[in-house]
Amino acid sequence: MHGRPRKATKQEDPAAAAAKSARLRELQSQLLHFHHNRIYTKEAVSVSSKLLEINPEIYTGWNYRKLAFQHNLKEVSDTDTDTDTETIKSAIEDELRMVEVALRRNPKSYGAWYHRKWILGQKLVLANFDHEFRLLDMLLKADARNFHGWNYRRFIARLKDVSEEEELKFTMDMINTNFSNYSAWHNRSMLLSKLLRKKAKGFHEEESILSDEFELVRQALFTDPSDQSGWFYHLWLLDQTSTPHKPHLVSSWPSDKLNIEISAQFKEKCERFPIIFCFNQQVDGVNLATVTINSKLVSSEHITWKPLSANNSRKSKIWVGFLENFNKYCDNSEGLSVEISVHCCESIVHSEFVMKLSHMDHQGKNGDGFEELFLWDCPKSQEINPYLVSYDPWRLRVERVEEDAKWHLDTLSAEIALFKEMSECDEDSKFVKLTLTRLLGAHNSIKSGGSAYFEEILKLYDDLIKLDAPHYRYYRDERSLVLLDQMTSSKDSLVEYCSRCENSSFSCINPQLCINFSGLNLTRIGFVERLLWVQILDLSHNNLTSLLGLEALQLLVCLNLSHNQIMSFTALEPIKSLQSLKVLDLSFNEIGSHPVDTTRYLCSSPLSHSCNVTETMEELARENIKIGDFWEAILLFESLQLAQLDMQGNPVTNERFRVLVEKVIPCLKWLDGKPVR
Amino acid sequence: MAEIPTSDYPTIDPTSFDLIVSSTGLSASLLAAAASVAGKSVLHLDSNPFYGSHFSSLPLPSFLSYISSPSSPPNLYSDVEASSQSLPEPSRSYLVDLVGPRLLYCSDETVDLLLRSGASHHVEFKSVDSSLVYWDGKLCSVPDSRQAIFKDKSLGLTEKSQMMKFFKLVQSHISLTRSGTTTESGEEGGVMIPEEDLEMPFVEFLKKQRLPPKIRALVLYAIAMADYEQDNGDSCKIVVSTREGIETISLYTSSIGRFANAVGAFIYPMYGHGELPQAFCRCAAVKGALYVLRMPVIDILTDKESNKYIGVRLASGQEIFSSKLVLDPSYQIPASLSPRETVVSSNLSSYVAKGVCITDRSLEPNSANILLVFPPKSLHQEQSTAVRALQISGNVAVCPSGFFIVHLSTPCEDAALGKEYINSAMKALFNSRELPAESVQAQTKEEGESVEAPTQEEGETKPTLLWSCAFVQELREASYDGAVSICPMPDANLDFRNILSTTRKLFQNMYPGEEFIPQNSAADNIDDDADEGSPE
Repeated sequence: MHGRPRKATKQEDPAAAAAKSARLRELQSQLLHFHHNRIYTKEAVSVSSKLLEINPEIYTGWNYRKLAFQHNLKEVSDTDTDTDTETIKSAIEDELRMVEVALRRNPKSYGAWYHRKWILGQKLVLANFDHEFRLLDMLLKADARNFHGWNYRRFIARLKDVSEEEELKFTMDMINTNFSNYSAWHNRSMLLSKLLRKKAKGFHEEESILSDEFELVRQALFTDPSDQSGWFYHLWLLDQTSTPHKPHLVSSWPSDKLNIEISAQFKEKCERFPIIFCFNQQVDGVNLATVTINSKLVSSEHITWKPLSANNSRKSKIWVGFLENFNKYCDNSEGLSVEISVHCCESIVHSEFVMKLSHMDHQGKNGDGFEELFLWDCPKSQEINPYLVSYDPWRLRVERVEEDAKWHLDTLSAEIALFKEMSECDEDSKFVKLTLTRLLGAHNSIKSGGSAYFEEILKLYDDLIKLDAPHYRYYRDERSLVLLDQMTSSKDSLVEYCSRCENSSFSCINPQLCINFSGLNLTRIGFVERLLWVQILDLSHNNLTSLLGLEALQLLVCLNLSHNQIMSFTALEPIKSLQSLKVLDLSFNEIGSHPVDTTRYLCSSPLSHSCNVTETMEELARENIKIGDFWEAILLFESLQLAQLDMQGNPVTNERFRVLVEKVIPCLKWLDGKPVR
Repeated sequence: MAEIPTSDYPTIDPTSFDLIVSSTGLSASLLAAAASVAGKSVLHLDSNPFYGSHFSSLPLPSFLSYISSPSSPPNLYSDVEASSQSLPEPSRSYLVDLVGPRLLYCSDETVDLLLRSGASHHVEFKSVDSSLVYWDGKLCSVPDSRQAIFKDKSLGLTEKSQMMKFFKLVQSHISLTRSGTTTESGEEGGVMIPEEDLEMPFVEFLKKQRLPPKIRALVLYAIAMADYEQDNGDSCKIVVSTREGIETISLYTSSIGRFANAVGAFIYPMYGHGELPQAFCRCAAVKGALYVLRMPVIDILTDKESNKYIGVRLASGQEIFSSKLVLDPSYQIPASLSPRETVVSSNLSSYVAKGVCITDRSLEPNSANILLVFPPKSLHQEQSTAVRALQISGNVAVCPSGFFIVHLSTPCEDAALGKEYINSAMKALFNSRELPAESVQAQTKEEGESVEAPTQEEGETKPTLLWSCAFVQELREASYDGAVSICPMPDANLDFRNILSTTRKLFQNMYPGEEFIPQNSAADNIDDDADEGSPE
């Protein structure tokens, strides 16, 4: 069934085809007639049988049968109680037989399979499981990878309460018959996950079970490296090996033991101070009950926690809470000392930090800053290290590694050695290369100070981009993440990308440190948990199309995105929540280049009633600006208090658009390098 | 031969035929069937009271007397050496193939011929469950398919990928050859093996593919079924060329899955190989051939003047005339009829050493019918030929259920050496029954010392030999002159392909221009051919 070219359907005799379609039309109109008039007589139901036998894809037919089945069942139980079970049994058998006939015509008919499940799922009588399993054996013999069959098998196994162990054995049999079977491998991974989670008998030792599975899948991979099914299973195993099961905190702002020096200007300007938690996986339940704050001056009630995620889910990797009116407390000489404990995700994480007013206050201008144009030419400076020493987002990571990772590291090392050997004799296999790359990455992520493989991984991705051109975007994305991992992996590496911003006049928490990731061919953003403290970020001259992840950088004041490939305002959604953002450079992107923005429906909009039409919009509408064309832009700019915006070199930019921007951002001082008004 | 009163012989009428065949061996029966299909009148005789001649399957006592009988003319079977044990009872329910160990490839020509002639209606087959190779003193399964390679526990990971790569190359070559593509570098990613590689010795080609020795041995002896050690270079008797090797693999792989209910590449006929000649005899009988058993030919009649063949004198004294005659290889042809031409002139070994064993346990649990190969040097450092063994079970109705017959064979020049290989192969596979007292002693000793040792030994316990015998069979080639053809003896091969092609040549020589059992000769039965030919 798989990997075989599809045969062209035989040209039917036109007369026969016409007769067939006429018959179908007639049956169909009869069915609809019965359906609308709720006629469920034997004759009426037999019409639906005839129709579905010819074409099992008519969903109305199946639904009609469900209604008829319920209707007739009710009638039976109302009138006669003695013959009950027998009648029900025969009614069920009729339905099952009907489904079988339909499935013989098309074994992949969703409607037919669903109907069968629906009938048996009612549990009116005990199902004839032998028959069902026999049917499944027949089906899986004809087409071992048919996912309908596998789905149905899971359904029946659950209905009969077949043990996971038994089903696991069945997957092994199927794999032994032919290991090129995605469904069997997939089901195996599902069953194993369940058994391991339950710690069922014989499944206590996860590590030895997984080792056995590695051994098994290796047999498939080495026998036929060009078969993809085994690689998918290997990917699952790798995930089991490299991803910790429990969520844990990977970084926070302010980090533990941090002394924050706050400039007077910052204190004046900002009323809210962000506290950010980053977890390794999506969590929920970060709230007043789980976060306790121990401080003389503030209490946990001062903070509301919200998840930062692009969709509106209640789960997120990143959570932010705002300390309101914090400036009131910073004045005393000891500063504001805060101790936070997070109780979610099974372990408790403590973090202590102190906020103080900076003594070496900026010899600043008065006013609210941004009187001058902010320029992005920050010279490299030598005296950066001291600050980075005080802020240490890498410590948490090192601590985590000490959890007994020996088995994981050993397993990964063994796999790495194996696939290196394989890639030597099979140089052109993208699967070998990709798996090797992932293994190296996983090893890096577990090993403390694991930076050994960065160059190797980057080279492998470069090879893959050449080797497997159709998937180059995926490789480029992955490569970007590896590059970001490498650049942010330690203080020493990050220093290379730091410079000190001298020309700005605005308020900062930290000495004005600019992170410069420009011109690196980045297509994606990652490892933001190591950059939570960043206020000035230069991402210009990359190939960014998406900004997902940037929402975590709550302290960002200046962001340079010029010369990227951002295509729409909806792609800018992540920066909507950056409340401190003042300077945004979007010049020379591709905003407005594409008439259809396919991601538009993902974002909140008045169209989806996920936000309301604002006053500004109404005002713009009065001035004859088609807000329908620009509401993403309006919503974005409305939510930010930008002082400086650069939009040059985007197809969307024109005189009318400038008018709109000036209207929507009343506090804007600079637009496209020119003063506003 | 015992004196039989002449009055016991039936009188044959008519007295003149197109063809007289005196032997019901496979080759002779095929000739009788082919001639009948071609519309010739055929008289088919056999001196024995049973069908099959040297291709028969005989009950154990009859088998033993058949190969040991001094009357079976001159030394076709020799050096018979049976174990001192009494025959397992009921001894007549053990059916021993004279041609064993032998199998049919699901896709080989013999099967096609069975289907074509309608002979398949008279035979049923069972499939061989597994294929083993003796390597490093252990039995390993032969990884003969993608799935078998995946499941194999004895191959290393790299070996698996090397072997699979080789199979893929062969597969691509085969499929391109079949589709008739002639370009050497096939399009669409397919690769063909270049012509000069096809001419080189297969073993050299395998080396060129960088296959390690173990995989080379697997491919050469357990899949391509080479008889002689291929690593010997020039001293090797029959060097398998790459072309031949690939052809066998092609046959092997196309055999897997030809019949839905056959698990592997090989099938074995129910009731033994003796059924095959009988099936063809029936085809001949359907087309009008006349059959008389227990009827030896005692003399060949020649024309006085030309000294050419004209007919035979039977044991009954009756003289029957025909234009062509086919004789059993055991028949002493009068010198007057020579010179003769052999069909295949080769420097083949002149003997094949064989063994027959009876055991009460399978060589491998969960498998009933097993093919096993001992590659050269696996038994002895000097062993220069492969020894093949075939275990067949009660499920092919050749022995009581729960028991097994194991046939062994190896070609040889020197009878003694051949038998030595057979005996050491038997020793490698089975515990001899003569030793039980010793082994019990050894076990009781060890029990006192350690607990682990006995359990380990238990796992390695071999099946016990209930009875065995070894013997040597002479290989005789088919030969012919104008009117008289002599059939070949069973050869040392695993399958009947050579016998078949020899028979085809004999037939073409006898009746040039006639087709050898043409396609539609069983037209009335063609519908259910596919079912009938497949094992149940």
